[in-house]
Amino acid sequence: MFSDQDLQVMDSIIKRYPRSRSAIMPLLHYVQSKAGYVTSEGIELVAKLLTIETAEVSAVATFYTQYKRKPVGEYHVGVCTNTLCAVMGGDEIFAGLKDHLGIENDGVTADGKVSLEHIECNAACDYAPVVMANWEFYDNQTVQSSKDLVDSMRQGNPPAPTRGPNSLPTWKENSAVLAGINDGRANEGVQAGQPTLLGLKLSKEGK
Amino acid sequence: MTTTQSQATEVVDMITLVIDGFEVSVPKGTLVIRAAEKLGIQIPRFCDHPLLDPVGACRQCLVDIEINGRAFPKPQASCTIPVEPGMIVKTQLTSDVAEKAQRGVMELLLINHPLDCPVCDKGGECPLQNQAMSNGQAESRFEGKKRTFEKPINLSSQVLLDRERCVLCARCTRFSEQIASDPFITLNERGALQQVGIYEEQPFESYFSGNTIQICPVGALTSATYRFRARPFDLVSTPSACEHCASGCDMRTDVRRGKTLRRLAGDDPTINEEWNCDKGRWAFKYITALDRLSQPMVRNADGELVVTSWPEAIAAAAAGLSGAKAAVLVGGRATYEDAYGYSKFARVALGTNDIDFRARPTSDEERDFLAAHVVGSSATYKDIDKADHVLLVGFEPEEESPIVFLRLNKQVKKRALKVTSIGTKLSIGVEKLGATFVKVAPGSEAAAIASQSLTAQSIILVGERASESAGALSAVAALASQSGAKFAWIPRRAGERGALEAGAIGNLLPGGRPVTDAAARVDLASAWSVESVPTHLGRSTKEIISAVNSGELSALVVGGVDPLDLDSSAETMSALKKAFVVSLEIAPSAVTERADVVLPVAAVTEKSGSFLNWTGSARAFDSAVADSLNRSDVRILSMIADALGKTISLGTVSAAAREIASLGLWDGARASFTATPARSAAPLAADEALITSWRRLLDLGTLQKGEENLAGTARQTIAVISPKRATSIGVITGDRISISNAQGSVVLPVLVEDIHDDAVWAPRNSRGSELLSKLGNAHGGVVKVVKA
Amino acid sequence: MTKLVPILSAHWDEKDSFTIEAYTRNGGYKASAKALSMDPDAVIQLVKDSGLRGRGGAGFPTGMKWGFIPQGDNKDHYLVVNADESEPGTCKDTPLMMANPHVLIEGCIIASHAIRAKYAFIYIRGEVTHVVRRLNQAIEDAYKAGHLGKGIELVLHVGAGAYICGEETALLDSLEGFRGQPRLRPPFPAIAGLYARPTVVNNVESIASVPAIITNGAEWYQKYGTEKSKGMTLYSLSGHVVNPGQFEAPLGITLREILEIAGGVRSGHKLKFWTPGGSSTPLFTDAHLDIALDYEGVAAAGSMLGTKALQIFDETTCVVRAVLRWTEFYKHESCGKCTPCREGTWWLVQILRDLENGSGTEEDLAKLLDLCDNIMGRSFCALGDGATSPITSSIKYFRDEYIAHVTGKGCPFDPVASTIFSTTGAR
Repeated sequence: MFSDQDLQVMDSIIKRYPRSRSAIMPLLHYVQSKAGYVTSEGIELVAKLLTIETAEVSAVATFYTQYKRKPVGEYHVGVCTNTLCAVMGGDEIFAGLKDHLGIENDGVTADGKVSLEHIECNAACDYAPVVMANWEFYDNQTVQSSKDLVDSMRQGNPPAPTRGPNSLPTWKENSAVLAGINDGRANEGVQAGQPTLLGLKLSKEGK
Repeated sequence: MTTTQSQATEVVDMITLVIDGFEVSVPKGTLVIRAAEKLGIQIPRFCDHPLLDPVGACRQCLVDIEINGRAFPKPQASCTIPVEPGMIVKTQLTSDVAEKAQRGVMELLLINHPLDCPVCDKGGECPLQNQAMSNGQAESRFEGKKRTFEKPINLSSQVLLDRERCVLCARCTRFSEQIASDPFITLNERGALQQVGIYEEQPFESYFSGNTIQICPVGALTSATYRFRARPFDLVSTPSACEHCASGCDMRTDVRRGKTLRRLAGDDPTINEEWNCDKGRWAFKYITALDRLSQPMVRNADGELVVTSWPEAIAAAAAGLSGAKAAVLVGGRATYEDAYGYSKFARVALGTNDIDFRARPTSDEERDFLAAHVVGSSATYKDIDKADHVLLVGFEPEEESPIVFLRLNKQVKKRALKVTSIGTKLSIGVEKLGATFVKVAPGSEAAAIASQSLTAQSIILVGERASESAGALSAVAALASQSGAKFAWIPRRAGERGALEAGAIGNLLPGGRPVTDAAARVDLASAWSVESVPTHLGRSTKEIISAVNSGELSALVVGGVDPLDLDSSAETMSALKKAFVVSLEIAPSAVTERADVVLPVAAVTEKSGSFLNWTGSARAFDSAVADSLNRSDVRILSMIADALGKTISLGTVSAAAREIASLGLWDGARASFTATPARSAAPLAADEALITSWRRLLDLGTLQKGEENLAGTARQTIAVISPKRATSIGVITGDRISISNAQGSVVLPVLVEDIHDDAVWAPRNSRGSELLSKLGNAHGGVVKVVKA
Repeated sequence: MTKLVPILSAHWDEKDSFTIEAYTRNGGYKASAKALSMDPDAVIQLVKDSGLRGRGGAGFPTGMKWGFIPQGDNKDHYLVVNADESEPGTCKDTPLMMANPHVLIEGCIIASHAIRAKYAFIYIRGEVTHVVRRLNQAIEDAYKAGHLGKGIELVLHVGAGAYICGEETALLDSLEGFRGQPRLRPPFPAIAGLYARPTVVNNVESIASVPAIITNGAEWYQKYGTEKSKGMTLYSLSGHVVNPGQFEAPLGITLREILEIAGGVRSGHKLKFWTPGGSSTPLFTDAHLDIALDYEGVAAAGSMLGTKALQIFDETTCVVRAVLRWTEFYKHESCGKCTPCREGTWWLVQILRDLENGSGTEEDLAKLLDLCDNIMGRSFCALGDGATSPITSSIKYFRDEYIAHVTGKGCPFDPVASTIFSTTGAR
């Protein structure tokens, strides 16, 4: 699964830090970028690279919710159901998607395209209700818009995120970004959405 | 005395505080929870353990604290707060807030606890149960759904985990990480689903895993050995000493109706603290094995061993020994008192110095080293605590003296103690110590020792395997004398140091009296009320075997020796056939099979006695099993001596102990020591290597017989070669190689690792790798290594 | 005259605001150049004088925190930026870093210089990929431009989903490669933080505020805000309002003023309850509209300024449902280390679920409050305390609504009515 080139990348990740063990989290993101989730092979490789025990790696891997123990979809959809988004419609969106996709929380569609998870507050409350796909923002969603979103994912042509790159990267591609690999797409997309700019705009209007 | 001086110079700052209205003074740095203990105030706790770093996780020990009139706004975990001057502490006894906080935490700890005390092994000795009674409330207000897990799960073949009972105090995981450096169990998941676990492919195979069960404050961790066997209140506990190695652990043996059901680590802060190793904890079934010898036997005219009466057996032994040229072989597992019995028996009853406790490969260099430098010496664990540098020579602490390993590891973690190991292969234990590893070819240790620089604050820990490398012990003596460093000889077996002090060796009489010193002999003879003691230098184990085979000796008294432990097992077998053999044993063995008289003896739990650990200090123990009919070796030897008309007057263990004490240490000159030169290595052919090995803690050792669960946690049996050799013979890790010489061969899976190019390593006595019996050599011998 | 003072947000409306070109064009990296020419202690003093306080929630004076780092100790020092923004309702650092990552980088350079750190880390939560991209690129560009790499290294560290890593010691353990569980204090990070070395952990907004203070001086900053709460800050308005968004204003502004600027609560509805600074800060009601939103004002009214996450809920919202959901969040995010938080949140959720679905009793309310008393101040870190805030404050203000759930054997609210999209055909 992991090529010599991967090992070189992983070595460069370790070298970012004064102490190698600090690299465990980006390495696990990198494992997900190759394998889609944290595989046994990945855990054993990370343990070997960091010269720590496998138990220590799995202790870390199981603590953080972004590390997946089984494959997720090519597009992993997270619906914020923390209080504010839930009240504003997140609960309806999540229920609607479960029904529409025929899967439960943490489920994956049979075609492997879409997986679904209810998530906690994703720091975009002024864009509520928020849906994340592969950890890109889809702001101000409705039940219908989120259904359309997953339909387009299953057809292979999801729209661009509201605030993100010009097209939606795959789960694995974005996992590499979280491992600190620059995909050259930082300049894509808006600098900010309207709510972010609202105060500035109003102050310029003298309000 | 130096110790008194150093104690006097250690000034301890004392801090005075008030707890529940009582003033108490404790050393600076003491935690509030322990200051309270000093007053007899028990604050309930789960995660707190005096030998683990404070964590403050369970929150059971909350108390109210104010310092100089300023009160903490909320109750504090007394297990994490050091005392301060002017501190006023109010525990649950005097503070309603503390009392409610503790009751609240206890209630929370119990909401997800299964409350299955009636079927739980911990019931009756459970801190959760006890403290729920003392500091909890009778009724729970919890009406919801409890967390459930599949139960129990195996963390190893020996350790089981019931996650529902776990209170997540993390004592077990912290022990594994902080004390044993074996983080194979960790906390996994998080929140209410947090749970102790292993990585699925890596079981909890730590030599120290049993300690986690002992310190578990609930019944979450149990052992396959003890699970569902007994109720604590049905057990009779006796303090005991571990017979498995020379570390010197304090132990507790729990017996129900004459049967040992479990053994626990005792608490000796100077030695094992509160820990022990899994062998010490779980290897005890040999005592109650079905094939234990219980009645004396004598070989009849048809060559068959037949059960007989004690008087007949003693008479037969005396008859065979009377007038014979006899020698004594006593294994390293005898107690101090029994070893003394063999020593005196050889001199007085048999009139010989032909006695050797060293049932292993040895050398004359070692014999002389022991007499000149080890007998009567007193390096201690405290010397490790204070050392600036520890040098390990021919010694794998984790495998050969696990508590020495734990002490080294403690100092490495606490103050980055510098450790250097001179060896042939980097071991897991030495790696965990972060030691500087000085890699040598087998047999070339002496030069590496000579190149070390130490100070007067350093200590050299030299293992029994140093005897297998010519010149190594001489180099240790020279290095110590040049640098002023201390050194300690750490044998593997529990009885060796005692046997040395008892004079169960050819060049020493009891108390370190040199055989060659006439004054020492006279001193002993008068103490023993005999005319004289033999004057000749006694034979070593190997020489005794040869002398039997050559006809110079005609009889052997053998106590607790396994011929397979010797590097001359074939010769030993033939000697046992040839000589008149009196065997004192607990179970049938290669010796009893060939003996003429077999006399069953008591196992350690069935008798009193003591073991001297590697520091030379004794741990005495009483019989854990009341009313055992089995007799100690010394009692039986005394009976034979009486029958021979050469009485040794050691009818009881306590008589032997009294006599040892009254004899005391020889205060005359030590035996002299002449350095042995190192041997230069002969050139090797391309497919040749030098064998090197050590015994793993868990292996085919006699005392581990029948312990399948324990054996399941043993390290893999593999051979190790260097990458260069692997390339040259065309193997990779996982392939099998054959290691052979003229005597035999072993075939093992290979691990390609950092080891001297001239060496091949294999475990000395593991299944499929019984080097001494198969190759007749386990260190330094030339073997052929090829792909199998 | 507007009450808003866009300083951090001043250039967010430029399309390329996140690039090094835009940042430099607007005067970026001059403050760091200035600071680097100053004595580190003078930088610390300047920040102390400005009155800047931590924007992550606790409000600890930033300059004082820097001053705690032992000097001349021949040890490595570290700066760690807490960009793990995860407190429910909090959404200021994420847009800041997306729109202007360079101001944070410049702040890191200045802070590292002040505390004599050669290594700085930004610990960002892992669920915001595009912000990670922007920061990563910005760091690369800052290296290329020579702002980084000459005595100060900056590493972006991406988390993986754990609210608790916003707690500074849990963050440090996480950054060291362990499970993100809080550490025992003392030792405090200033003495033994990352890798057991002296470490400053600061919130994104705190560090991003530093360049403007260096450029404009302490006195300029002092002009804004209130007596003990100086400067301007980002208030994040969300929920049942006409216009949610970020509002940069001097400390001490009131919710009434912000609502006026933003256009108020959504039409036809009225304010029911709100959080001043995220879900861990006790709830306020319409009685608190005129509380000065500074550290002292909010504390005096029984809550905390926190992250200034103003989550607005109108009368369509069931407070029991809202509190239950937050409690479920704390249960999900409890790290598991200590008993009160781990077991307590497990239990709280069950009682609240019963109450919300109508199977609770009035006695459950007393039990809830007593449980909160057994968790608050008894748990290892503030997460457990935070979990009790919504419960105790909501019972304080809306006890009758809880009782209505009991007597009516169910929730009296229509959840669809609280959604922002059409109340008809929402499903």
